[in-house]
Amino acid sequence: MSQSTKSYFLPGPSFWPLIASISLFLLAGGFSMSLNKIAMGTPLMVAGGIALAYLLFGWFKEVIEESVSKHYNKQVDKSFRWGMGFFIFSEVMFFFGFFGALFYARNVSLPWLADAHGLTGAHAVWQNFSAAWPTAGPSLKLEGAMKPWGLPAINTLLLLTSGVTLTWAHWGLMKNKRNQIIIGLALTIALGAAFMYLQYTEYAEAAFTIKSGIYGATFYMLTGFHGLHVTMGTIMLAIILFRVLKGHFDSHDHFGFEAVAWYWHFVDVVWLFLFIFVYWL
Amino acid sequence: MSSTTTTHDAHGHDDHGHPTGLMRWVKSTNHKDIGTMYLWFSFTMFLFAGALAMGIRAELFQPGLQFIKPEVFNQLTTLHGLIMIFGAIMPAFVGFANWQVPLMIGAPDMAFPRLNNMSFWLLIPAAILLLASFFVPGGAAAGGWTMYPPLSVQGGMSVDMSIFALHILGVSSIVGSINIITTIFNMRAPGMTLMKMPMFVWTWLITAYLLIAAMPVLAGALTMLITDRHFGTHFFNAAGGGDPVLFQHVFWFFGHPEVYIMILPAFGILSTIIPTFARKPLFGYASMVYATAAIAVLSFVVWAHHMFTTGMPVAGQLFFMYSTMLISVPTGVKVFNWLATMWKGSMTFETPMLFSVAVVFLFTIGGFSGLVCAILPVDIQLQDTYYVVAHFHYVLFSGAAMSIMGGVYYWIPKWTGHMYDETLGKWHFWLTTIAFNVTFFPMHFTGLAGMPRRIPDYSQQFAEFNMISSLGAFALGLSQLLFLYVVIKCIRGGAKATNQVWDGAQGLEWTVASPAPFHTFETPPQVK
Repeated sequence: MSQSTKSYFLPGPSFWPLIASISLFLLAGGFSMSLNKIAMGTPLMVAGGIALAYLLFGWFKEVIEESVSKHYNKQVDKSFRWGMGFFIFSEVMFFFGFFGALFYARNVSLPWLADAHGLTGAHAVWQNFSAAWPTAGPSLKLEGAMKPWGLPAINTLLLLTSGVTLTWAHWGLMKNKRNQIIIGLALTIALGAAFMYLQYTEYAEAAFTIKSGIYGATFYMLTGFHGLHVTMGTIMLAIILFRVLKGHFDSHDHFGFEAVAWYWHFVDVVWLFLFIFVYWL
Repeated sequence: MSSTTTTHDAHGHDDHGHPTGLMRWVKSTNHKDIGTMYLWFSFTMFLFAGALAMGIRAELFQPGLQFIKPEVFNQLTTLHGLIMIFGAIMPAFVGFANWQVPLMIGAPDMAFPRLNNMSFWLLIPAAILLLASFFVPGGAAAGGWTMYPPLSVQGGMSVDMSIFALHILGVSSIVGSINIITTIFNMRAPGMTLMKMPMFVWTWLITAYLLIAAMPVLAGALTMLITDRHFGTHFFNAAGGGDPVLFQHVFWFFGHPEVYIMILPAFGILSTIIPTFARKPLFGYASMVYATAAIAVLSFVVWAHHMFTTGMPVAGQLFFMYSTMLISVPTGVKVFNWLATMWKGSMTFETPMLFSVAVVFLFTIGGFSGLVCAILPVDIQLQDTYYVVAHFHYVLFSGAAMSIMGGVYYWIPKWTGHMYDETLGKWHFWLTTIAFNVTFFPMHFTGLAGMPRRIPDYSQQFAEFNMISSLGAFALGLSQLLFLYVVIKCIRGGAKATNQVWDGAQGLEWTVASPAPFHTFETPPQVK
């Protein structure tokens, strides 16, 4: 980043933290109420959502303005890099928890249910219980399981390609080739949106729901949170594209772009694990 | 106290026109103000959750049901645990980190001052949700702080409120930890290499890693709990192919690192206080760093020792038994290093040192009872008895909470510019230490004799020990009001503190004025 500021940028007093606190309070309180059929809940949640949107828009606007007016020196830039890296690490651990649940359900709970006999055993609850995971290995596919080599394989291709187009856009940024950046970013956004559309189609056609036992629960929890991350990533890419059009970045000074690129690659890698362990094996 | 240095420096810095009154705190981007808010929040929650414990001990004063209904008793134990852990101990350590880490490494502030304030202000909605959950239909969450299903799936609205409160606290912890790690890696003064950092900074660096790795896993477990409660998933329900034991695995994968999150910063405080009053450098600095890192790594491979009795292959039980015992090696390194630091030191026993010595002794008792619990065949007997309650109060109260108190006495002259009342501080120390032992030592006996925890009534044979425990608990609770008085008295006035405060104290924080000016180290100091 620019050397125009020598000392580390320390922001002045800010209202945003309080707004963050209020918005999460409204969301959490409202959600608790609406889950328990209290009419007030939904309006509170909507208010919280609006406050959160206002917060994200306003706070990032402030940060972008500070960045554009060269308040941030190299050391601040480095702080952002550390911060984004650890944020992604925390996201990795969030998915790790759900993958842990998937592995435990498949490899510990299921054989345990199969082994159990007597009154507490699976056979006492379900007639003809067979202990098999719907996607148990590449050869065996039970009725109703998601087929990996249809839409999911296309989705894998889409996301992998989007990683390539994003890197191509980054090369364009480093060489100050404006058209390459814009086309690369636009392609990445389009691929992300196509992925989301196919994921939506897949959900609509699926033979099972989140309520269909542990397979449905792990399937929708993992793919759902991944889809949420793709959505956020796509929105972030769109904002970066908008900022590129406004001329915010140059070949040395573009951490906003890189942070979103890191995030996008992280979402890609999570998908690969999903494809292998949720859809395929 | 023996402050011999009397250098007094004029207040060179002014406050650059920051807001005053309420807005100073609401809009703060200053690590010292935010640290102060964290510490007061923690103290408030400590007194509140302590009041819940008084309710528990009043009910257990005699056998039979006296004051509260069993379901209210369960709410008290659940919320006492949740609030003490997430509301009192963790925020207190973050408060110390806010105040001390920038001062200790010569940074002008935290790396992300606005996010720092957000981490604090997120505590408020979480606390409101937890406290308000007492007043919703069905009362507060009553399934224990660990929120095991099926109870937590069956509970009422308060369980949802507790889950969301923990989600928000998790966001606060993760953001706070990212901030602390970034500050430590990127904001150190020139010459402050990693292996020159004060031990407190090291312990917080490692704690922050634990938080970032563990809190998201808790968020995952809580999210699965919410979907099981309201959206028809079967993660923890065997009828749908799930397993309640799955929750315990995911929870304790977070929960055990959490235990070290609550004790590593305490180790950092001890490693700061003991050298000061022994007037010797910390013995084995490098081994302390490696021991802290070893404890952190091991903390991720011991979680199932919390669930020896809930169903696990024998090979798994043996693995978790041995890995748990391994933790005593780096912990032992630390205890022996503290003893070696004191060895042949010219020691004085001001209040912070009294607390530290007591913590070394009492925490070691808690560590040994932990080793006892780690032994699988023994644990099968001790699981869910008062022995476990005694064990974790020896590590969490006489380990974490008393380190916090020692840390407050140690640094409060730097924070307020006044010396605290040494006589009252010593009274507070002795009352706390004696009352603590009177409360919790008998629980070892009742636990070994088979008294189950989390039950509002008990067999006649436990009556004497429970009455002793309750009397100790009331004294322990009252002594903390003395602590509150000492702190307020110190803020309002007292002998002027010098910059150095303690003549054996080392480190950058003692080079700035007392009270520490609003902005410090705007020009980084040179560390040789």
